[in-house]
Amino acid sequence: MRSPLHLWPVQGCGVSCNIKAVYARPLDLKHGLVDMSHGSGGRAMAQLIDELFARELGNEFLAQGDDGARLPTFNGRLVVSTDAHVVSPLFFPGGDIGCLSVHGTINDVAVMGARPLYLTASFILEEGFALASLTRIVASMAQASREAGVPVVAGDTKVVERGKADGVFITTTGVGLLREGIDLSGANARPGDTVLVSGFLGDHGMAVLAQRENMQFGNPVVSDTAALHGLIEAMLTAVPDIHVLRDPTRGGLATTLNEIAQQSAVGFMIDEAVLPVRSEVAAGCELLGLDPLYVANEGKLVVICPRHRASGLLQIMRAHPLATEAAVIGEVVVDRHRFVQMKTRMGGCRMVDWLSGEQLPRIC
Amino acid sequence: MCLAMPARVVELCDGDLAVVDLDGVRKEISLALVEDIAVGDYVILHAGYALQKLDIEEAEKTLELFRELGASSA
Amino acid sequence: MKYIDEFRDGDLARGIAAAIGRVAMPERKYRLMEFCGGHTHAISRYGIVDLLPAHVELIHGPGCPVCVLPIGRIDQAIRLIREQGVILCTYADTLRIPASGHLSLMKVRAEGGDIRMIYSTADALKIARENPSRQVVFFAIGFETTTPPTAVAVIQARQQGLGNFSVLCNHVLTPAAMHAILAVPDGVALDGFIGPAHVSTVIGSAPYEIFPKDYGKPVVIAGFEPLDVIRAIHMLILQINAGRAEVENEFTRAVTRDGNRKAQALVAEVFELRASFEWRGLGSVASSALRLKPTFAGFDAEQRFGLAYIPVPDHKACECGAILRGEKRPQECRIFGTVCTPQTPVGSCMVSAEGACAAHYTYGRFRDAA
Repeated sequence: MRSPLHLWPVQGCGVSCNIKAVYARPLDLKHGLVDMSHGSGGRAMAQLIDELFARELGNEFLAQGDDGARLPTFNGRLVVSTDAHVVSPLFFPGGDIGCLSVHGTINDVAVMGARPLYLTASFILEEGFALASLTRIVASMAQASREAGVPVVAGDTKVVERGKADGVFITTTGVGLLREGIDLSGANARPGDTVLVSGFLGDHGMAVLAQRENMQFGNPVVSDTAALHGLIEAMLTAVPDIHVLRDPTRGGLATTLNEIAQQSAVGFMIDEAVLPVRSEVAAGCELLGLDPLYVANEGKLVVICPRHRASGLLQIMRAHPLATEAAVIGEVVVDRHRFVQMKTRMGGCRMVDWLSGEQLPRIC
Repeated sequence: MCLAMPARVVELCDGDLAVVDLDGVRKEISLALVEDIAVGDYVILHAGYALQKLDIEEAEKTLELFRELGASSA
Repeated sequence: MKYIDEFRDGDLARGIAAAIGRVAMPERKYRLMEFCGGHTHAISRYGIVDLLPAHVELIHGPGCPVCVLPIGRIDQAIRLIREQGVILCTYADTLRIPASGHLSLMKVRAEGGDIRMIYSTADALKIARENPSRQVVFFAIGFETTTPPTAVAVIQARQQGLGNFSVLCNHVLTPAAMHAILAVPDGVALDGFIGPAHVSTVIGSAPYEIFPKDYGKPVVIAGFEPLDVIRAIHMLILQINAGRAEVENEFTRAVTRDGNRKAQALVAEVFELRASFEWRGLGSVASSALRLKPTFAGFDAEQRFGLAYIPVPDHKACECGAILRGEKRPQECRIFGTVCTPQTPVGSCMVSAEGACAAHYTYGRFRDAA
């Protein structure tokens, strides 16, 4: 079936993108700034969409030029997910808000057991935001979208006054088609199940924080932002009876496990000694007084599967480039209190509780 | 308030400042509270200041003691 | 991480724990108080109690400077922000401490108060340089570990002519707290002290010698990592069994008898003793806290802004006082874990990661669950 890529349908200005409007001069994408006219629905907005968004995100398929994209009919159940992205700084080692917004929503759809098909993207731009930065961000989204094979088919642009947004906020929504025979849910964890993670924990959060706090790394820590639907496809094909798949983003592994514990009415026992954490991330956390269990990831999976499936699944994961450091980290246990507990390196036991408020770094 | 950790001095800078390294993470800190620190020394770091030079010999002795304690009659 | 990971080695830990098992006499209890917020945190975070026999009891003492700060002191900081419009620079730990009127620094920040979280006093000086038309106040809390950096900041502020910089000084002293604990009539029964790690790198081991001498209690100074704590417990048990009471040093790699003379001199240059200071849980304690010397009075925020100290009693149901004195455990407080949680703290023991209540809630409350 032909992949239905659409050009960016123009919002509300009544001008179809395949009729090239004549603009007095091209946008100055190198030195220009976003101004209020770019959000007003008039010619300036059409030009921004044509010369920046459509050029990067669209392709040679003709635009329908309507307020939304008409999708083909599908056999099967659809999944939809949405996410807002407000990361600061906008550019960080390993990525930017653009590719992050594409990867994040693709992953949210994929962990439901669905094949991601389409994305929409809405932008809230701050007056005065550099068009050069916006171009970089949209180009990055376009690349991420192309590499993942999931096109952006509809979108929106608004501009708010200077000071009312942090450069740009991006919201992406993803639509996917649920695979047959797959039942993934946070409520499916069962005592005795094995818990795995797909690789090193805390890379994304540390990369962003290091940027913010101006910490120098000998080996720079790079965000792990990545689209995981290919990896998930391989995993589900080999092990269709995986119980839970989640991507541990804000709040880290600890938050994800606590959420699942609540949903499934179970407890967890994980093993500190086997948690995969890069030594630079551990050191950075030590210096900032943070716990890697709570630091965000953007290209990792938490997987819960029946125990007898674990070693086979681990092999499949490690064979995939995005999960070479996958590891078994613990198991699901009976616990009416739904605590997440951890065996410490000392052999003692501690809880891994919900984050309370923001993770304020300890100085002492 | 006690959070402090040992880090290795990798560079001495002007004005009592130095750069330390903790497993590849570098940070600029102050040596205003210590004396006679050389590149390669380990210092105990707290809130951006070196509090004391780490005595490497004593550190090794302490670890050796821990090993002996563990090894002696099960 | 060199000289960190080795001191967290699980096998070595079990070895020392086994040694404790061999020497701890089953017919008696060993009640050991630790005095360092860092130790409170390490004990909970590594689950050290699981390696100890049940008759070795670890009691948390008032070693967390956030926890011992009375409500009235946070109120002072809040008044400065709201009434004087200062930029308040603070370590992160203070942001959630509950103050009067259901306020906290975090809530005041949400209202628009200019509060900046810093990692180092150097950051505070930088903010003062960058905002010459604003008053910048550093909220100085902490035991003797944290006082020297504040001393350096004050000296540098004078050298750099930073007239807009001042310090709201709440630095407190460890030996004074230990005396206060031992002086409580019918206070908690104790057999020994685990001495603080980094406070001791600054003050040395000498200041603790008075405790074995006057009270007959052994003190073992312990390093910051879990193996240090476990070994210090071992050393205390050996002393108690032998009827000895001495100061011993487990943290030899960083603590000497004299401590850091340079840091001590800098502190002595800038600070002097207050006649008395109110501590949460201990009431008014003589010679237990510091203020800026008259020569540095120009940098004293209390004087610059004419801040009076208004004592405010704790919430009626809050047992922080008893918990700080080691008389009660967190789970024995009526509101622990229900009304008072890290999200909604009523008392300061629930705020700092090193507070006994927060540590128990975050890491250990599964032990109370039936």
